[in-house]
Amino acid sequence: MQGVLDILISASFWEAAIRIATPLMFGVLGALLCERSGVLNLGIEGIFTAGALAGWLSVYLGCGLWTGVLIAALTGAVFGLLHALLTVPLGLSQHVTGIGITLFATSLSYFVYRLSLPSVATPPTIQPFRPVHIPGLSDLPFIGTAVFQQTPMTFLAFALFAVATFVLYRTPLGLAIRAVGENPAAVEAQGLDVTLIRIGAVVVGSALMALGGAFLTMSAFNAFFFEMTNGRGWICVALTVFASWRPGKALLGALLFGAFDAFQLRLQHQIGGAVPGQVFLMLPYLLSIAALVTIARGADYPKALMIPYFKGQR
Amino acid sequence: MVTTPDAPVVLSLRGIGKCFGALVANEGIDLDLRRGEILALLGENGAGKTTLMNILFGHYVADEGTIRVAGANGELVALAAGSPHASLAAGIGMVHQHFALAESLTVLENVVLGTKPLGSIKLDLAGARAKLSALMHDSGLDVDPDRRVSRLTVGEKQRLEILKVLYRGARILALDEPTAVLTPQEVDGLFVVLRRLVGNGLSIIFISHKLKEVIAIADRVAVLRGGRKVADRTAEGADRAMLAELMVGREVTPTKRLPRAPGLPRLVLNGIDVPGAHGRSGLSRVSLEVLSGEILGIAGVSGNGQTLLAGVIGGTIVPGNGELMLDGEVLTPSPRAMVRAGIGRIPEDRHHEGVVGSLSIAENLALESLDQDAVQRFGFLRFEAMRQRALSAIRDYDVRCPGPDTLIRLLSGGNIQKVILARVFERAPRVVLANQPTRGLDIGATTDVHRRLLAARDRGVAVVLMSEDLDELLALSDRVSVMVAGRLSAPMAVEAVTLERLGLMMAGQADAA
Amino acid sequence: MIRFEPRAGVPLAMRVGTSLGAVAAALLISAIPLAAVGAPILKAFGLMVQGAAGSLFAFTETLTRATPLIFTGLAAAVAFRARLYNIGAEGQLYAGALAAVAVGSGTISATPFVLVPLILIVAAMAGALLMLGPTLLRVKLGVDEVVTTLLLNFVVLLFVQMMLEGPLKDSMGGGWPQSAPIVAEGSLPVLVTRTRLHAGFLLALVASVVMYVLIARTRLGLAIRAVGENQAAARFAGIQVTRVMVLVGLLSGALAGLAGASEVAGLKGYLTADMSRGFGYAGIVVAMVASLAPLAVIPSAIFIAGIFVGADTMGRTLGVSNYIADLIVSLALLCVLVSGLFLRFRIRFG
Repeated sequence: MQGVLDILISASFWEAAIRIATPLMFGVLGALLCERSGVLNLGIEGIFTAGALAGWLSVYLGCGLWTGVLIAALTGAVFGLLHALLTVPLGLSQHVTGIGITLFATSLSYFVYRLSLPSVATPPTIQPFRPVHIPGLSDLPFIGTAVFQQTPMTFLAFALFAVATFVLYRTPLGLAIRAVGENPAAVEAQGLDVTLIRIGAVVVGSALMALGGAFLTMSAFNAFFFEMTNGRGWICVALTVFASWRPGKALLGALLFGAFDAFQLRLQHQIGGAVPGQVFLMLPYLLSIAALVTIARGADYPKALMIPYFKGQR
Repeated sequence: MVTTPDAPVVLSLRGIGKCFGALVANEGIDLDLRRGEILALLGENGAGKTTLMNILFGHYVADEGTIRVAGANGELVALAAGSPHASLAAGIGMVHQHFALAESLTVLENVVLGTKPLGSIKLDLAGARAKLSALMHDSGLDVDPDRRVSRLTVGEKQRLEILKVLYRGARILALDEPTAVLTPQEVDGLFVVLRRLVGNGLSIIFISHKLKEVIAIADRVAVLRGGRKVADRTAEGADRAMLAELMVGREVTPTKRLPRAPGLPRLVLNGIDVPGAHGRSGLSRVSLEVLSGEILGIAGVSGNGQTLLAGVIGGTIVPGNGELMLDGEVLTPSPRAMVRAGIGRIPEDRHHEGVVGSLSIAENLALESLDQDAVQRFGFLRFEAMRQRALSAIRDYDVRCPGPDTLIRLLSGGNIQKVILARVFERAPRVVLANQPTRGLDIGATTDVHRRLLAARDRGVAVVLMSEDLDELLALSDRVSVMVAGRLSAPMAVEAVTLERLGLMMAGQADAA
Repeated sequence: MIRFEPRAGVPLAMRVGTSLGAVAAALLISAIPLAAVGAPILKAFGLMVQGAAGSLFAFTETLTRATPLIFTGLAAAVAFRARLYNIGAEGQLYAGALAAVAVGSGTISATPFVLVPLILIVAAMAGALLMLGPTLLRVKLGVDEVVTTLLLNFVVLLFVQMMLEGPLKDSMGGGWPQSAPIVAEGSLPVLVTRTRLHAGFLLALVASVVMYVLIARTRLGLAIRAVGENQAAARFAGIQVTRVMVLVGLLSGALAGLAGASEVAGLKGYLTADMSRGFGYAGIVVAMVASLAPLAVIPSAIFIAGIFVGADTMGRTLGVSNYIADLIVSLALLCVLVSGLFLRFRIRFG
């Protein structure tokens, strides 16, 4: 018990929690955006991987870190565009298309990795983002370590949440996105183009997802490993439901999850030996399933989610 | 009448044609609308009225023909096709039959949707609120701007649909079957609003298949049949029988119900309670008795519990309290139990609940009888038996189709309904629940359904008829009950009921005394 | 503007042709990454064909590879028919394999006539039970089974690793995390001498035929098809939707579990954590290429297996990463999805 308390009050724990939450933050925001517009994007796991590779590879080949981030986002956008074209104007099954995109993006990423680095024993590394130092804020006790010594992409994630919330609830575009996920006929009747809005939302959402992957290879770690994403994409999908598709709750969910994951890691160190490591590693996935179950009954889902819309359909 | 014969033309359609594959929806239609006029577009279901309006509003693109709209200076200008945005900009607004509203957003948000450019940062709800308020004052239409649409009544939703287009500055209004879901009193209220609007200089196209209303409100009537315009004349002096004949193309003889002495109670519901959800009423201590050999009609505005009642009788909804008995035997509700016990159900929405589109006619017919020997042996399907069954159903119910193995989604609405009727009556049910059985059907199919329901009644079947079409209800029923706010009124003999009385009861403003 | 007109009916020849066309398209597109690696394209494809079917041994390798894919393909086909998207075949496969080694590596001694069926039954049950949870969550609580089955895959894999480093670890395995081998009485016999083709392949063929009969000729099959297309209408007609979905889930999981048993008792002999090379996910592609038809799963699985086996050979010879196979297979899935449009609609421009 003492050990648990010790963990919870250490600033380094919370620093780790926020760091581990960051890729989830990007992923959940991206998934939320797609689903709010009515499109389920199960390509998220593959887009994570593709973003991880694209960002890392660009830096490895000589680009700057932020250029790498941009390239990762564009990569995500391209896969998102593919998913959107198949599911929106063509109306193909969103479940199967998503799985197909995940398989495609993942295998393409692995192939490109092998293509660029044919025979390496250990994965090569890059210089990742370093934790920032903000004069004054970073030196504060506890909060300084926990919050203000994160890497730049984490701050980007928080900023994007703020931007997304503003856009979704206070701009005409956000209103249109929310409406198109509820009743596309209403949006078309007001003279807007349902297809373009949905495609746009999915493309931007996918770009965000890719940033989650890029964080893994350019910030949390500094190399690209196979099986790196390890199901984080699916966890984000579960968290989106858990958050009732609201950005505020989604952010909270991602942070809580990061905290849980960080906790489980430290607990492993403390207890270790007695319980096999795999048990701890299982916990995040089981927790995600539990989260889905608890919220399922009250799900406030976008009514038009997963229902394709064809113009003039009445 | 506000318009005069030489009022300027504000809308001109010439030679409009539209095909969907082999189906000719519109052909060579010419239509003019004058300022301040209420033009009624009359035709049975499937005549092409909605298609024409969808072309006008930009949901569809016509294959042939032109549309011209009067601009600010009164000159007729060609309308860009296939763009609701262009139609709205030209001053055309459409009030859809199935409301185009986002249920989880508020009234104000629905109105504002699409009115500001997507690239702009400001939503300006305050400004919109003020503008909406002024508009409500001018038009006499009133809705709470901050109410969630899901919590509005049907009448309020329609008002919102009208306000939406007025907000966009529409000068031409197209209303698609606006009275289908209204009580008689609400219909009168709507007509008052429409007259007020044309008094303000708007022009209105009113689509309907209901003759009475059309004659009451319209200045001019255009009749569509089979995609073509077959008449275009002033409403004054128009004869109902003649218009009906023009709509259908032949003499129409309505089905006659002959009085019949009913038998003993067959279907009895006692004290049924079902909790409500999403702000819709549940069922509250509903009791009813349907006698064998009678048709009990149930009237009510959508959202008052009819769907729940249909669900209880059909077995898809389990009541919290109360019991259901068939010929004295208590039934535990499940669709299977109801079917087995002899309750035949005609669903409200044949596409959603009635048939499985990618299965064949034969397979759909077999769906309710998967436990019967006629369909299976030891779990294996008997294809030849199923086929024969389908062939006789096709013959007896005159289903127009290539054959029993046709995928059912390729059939027209009327033919799908015939298959459903075949499925219901094949099991010789003791009770039939007919929920909106003629919705969306043309007059021929409608008459057919009426005929079969009356024939079943004459055979001693107890029929529960739920219908928004009060004329249909009064024509077919022996007794009538009204559903309001989850409660069912005591049944009244149909001779003792008028349309007006029903309307008042449906609005909760009169008792069944 | 593109318009879709519904087609009346689709002749079998068109279905087959469209599927083949889709796979061909995927192969064509994959020429791009091949060119990017600098591989001579025609030679590469030639080597793939050779590796997959160029000799008797090569062909038996393909059929051996196809065996688990037939099972997981059937698992996906039967589930997807009911719109129960079981993406957890990978985990169910391992669960089946785990159950197989738990029972078949010496804990129970019996004749082959008893032990082999026992192993298969236990494996099927393990897979079925694993799928039961997500299925119930879906029918009772509306929880999307795609996410739950996917997340469980990770859980099962970790569980397998845990077992292989713990209770099921082979004490004579030289320290590697692997299970004790299935005893001789529990192994599936080899079908062709000096090859690896084992009786699991025959089992898979039998399973295909059984599934075909079930889906096309029984009332359960009709109920499954009805539930998959329009659950509300099926329910209205009196079909017990919950029961049908649960049966479908159990069946699907059982088939995937059999894939695991077949691999362990017929091919590998013992269980390791890297036994499956994405067989569960490949099964989804197999099912989609087969248009969810159980009998068509057989040629579809053989074809997909051929791509993997051929790519292994080609990759070794030309130095191309064998991720090219995963790439081709995933492209095939996307192409088949798009090709489905041509089956359902006639496309008109204008």
